[in-house]
Amino acid sequence: MSDVVIVDYGAGNTRSVRAAITHVGRSSEVSADPDVIVAAPYVVLPGVGSAQSAMAHLNETGAAAALRERFHQGAATLGICLGMQLALGTSEEDGGVTCLGLLEGKVVRLVADRVPRLGWAIVEPWGDAYYFAHSFVADAPDAVATSDGLTVAVQRGAFFGVQFHPEKSGDAGLTFLGRCLSLA
Amino acid sequence: MPLPRLIPCLDVANGRVVKGVSFVGLRDVGDPVELATFYSAGGADELVFLDIAATPDDTQTMTSVVTDVADVLEIPFTVGGGVRSVTDASRIIEAGADRVSLNSAALAEPSLIGAIAERYGSQAVVVAIDAGEGVVHTHGGRVATTTPTLAWAVEAAERGAGEILLTSIRQDGQRTGFDLELTSAVRSSISIPVIASGGAGSAQHVADALRVADAALVASIVHENPSGLPGLRREIESLGVHLRPLKERP
Repeated sequence: MSDVVIVDYGAGNTRSVRAAITHVGRSSEVSADPDVIVAAPYVVLPGVGSAQSAMAHLNETGAAAALRERFHQGAATLGICLGMQLALGTSEEDGGVTCLGLLEGKVVRLVADRVPRLGWAIVEPWGDAYYFAHSFVADAPDAVATSDGLTVAVQRGAFFGVQFHPEKSGDAGLTFLGRCLSLA
Repeated sequence: MPLPRLIPCLDVANGRVVKGVSFVGLRDVGDPVELATFYSAGGADELVFLDIAATPDDTQTMTSVVTDVADVLEIPFTVGGGVRSVTDASRIIEAGADRVSLNSAALAEPSLIGAIAERYGSQAVVVAIDAGEGVVHTHGGRVATTTPTLAWAVEAAERGAGEILLTSIRQDGQRTGFDLELTSAVRSSISIPVIASGGAGSAQHVADALRVADAALVASIVHENPSGLPGLRREIESLGVHLRPLKERP
């Protein structure tokens, strides 16, 4: 089995995430198979598409149940962008979507000077700039990092979620990803 | 607010970068993958590839360029030129591009903006506007339409565009600075971000643009000296515009 399993939820592009994982010296595969997801040393829930279609696909394939089982076993999972938002209870996107509920909290429409919030922004307390592209944001108690006052990283147990795209965040992103995958 | 972005734009035809890229430090100046990697290493915040041929034969070639670029690039990139349908957008995004840029196709069929945004999110849809004399132009800026620039920017945003790439056809290629008035007017009429384009001739020009826009597109100023990108960034910063801090490669 590969070091990392990237959860396929039918939304297309996982190429950049795979390329970044390869770059930090880890092998990866893309799968929606619940058994593969439960058994994987490390799982990445990527961030593409919409909350509704992603949850529909995860429920249909059994990947949602597999992600919950991993969480209860304390197996490491990284959620990226939408993949982080899906770990919370509910999302306001698409008229309201029930998410995985691994962490408490909800996903709300972003209120900012410019929406979508696009571009590189400093993440505190880490200090580096990472790339963001989002119109929704987490409102959750398990926040571990912020950017412009927004919750952009959450952690509970072995689930770590980030609003930014480490696979698109240049050298800062690769460093971050490498550190996460050291758990694999 | 995210930090202002510096975005080199590469014109591509039949799988090769065309127009005015100097060879300094590059083995193959026409290779989009090599140039993209070079600019990424030099501190580009994002890249735009414009397929300027966009003929049917060229389409497949562009898709494989996108795939090759996505495999090596760890910064976001946008692909424009030849995106005329949701199918075209899917092909480009699923090949690994972060965003597609729509120009005349969106003018001809405004519902295309919403159709792509619904599928991939607003952040994946850039609407490029070639503006001059208060109206939108087509055919690379040669043909004036009757559509007012501001009204079109507002409509594009309402229909789901995630960003406007605004080119001043008066300033484009002149290297005498961006059209700051036009950029400010468009940006203050909408609530999505705006990329200023057309007219970059110096660090001062770019710094001025970044005070009124969310990002600046640069072409000849970097292509004439690709190795000069880190220096350009430093100069912009010395003028008081804070770009993203770069990190050492892990």
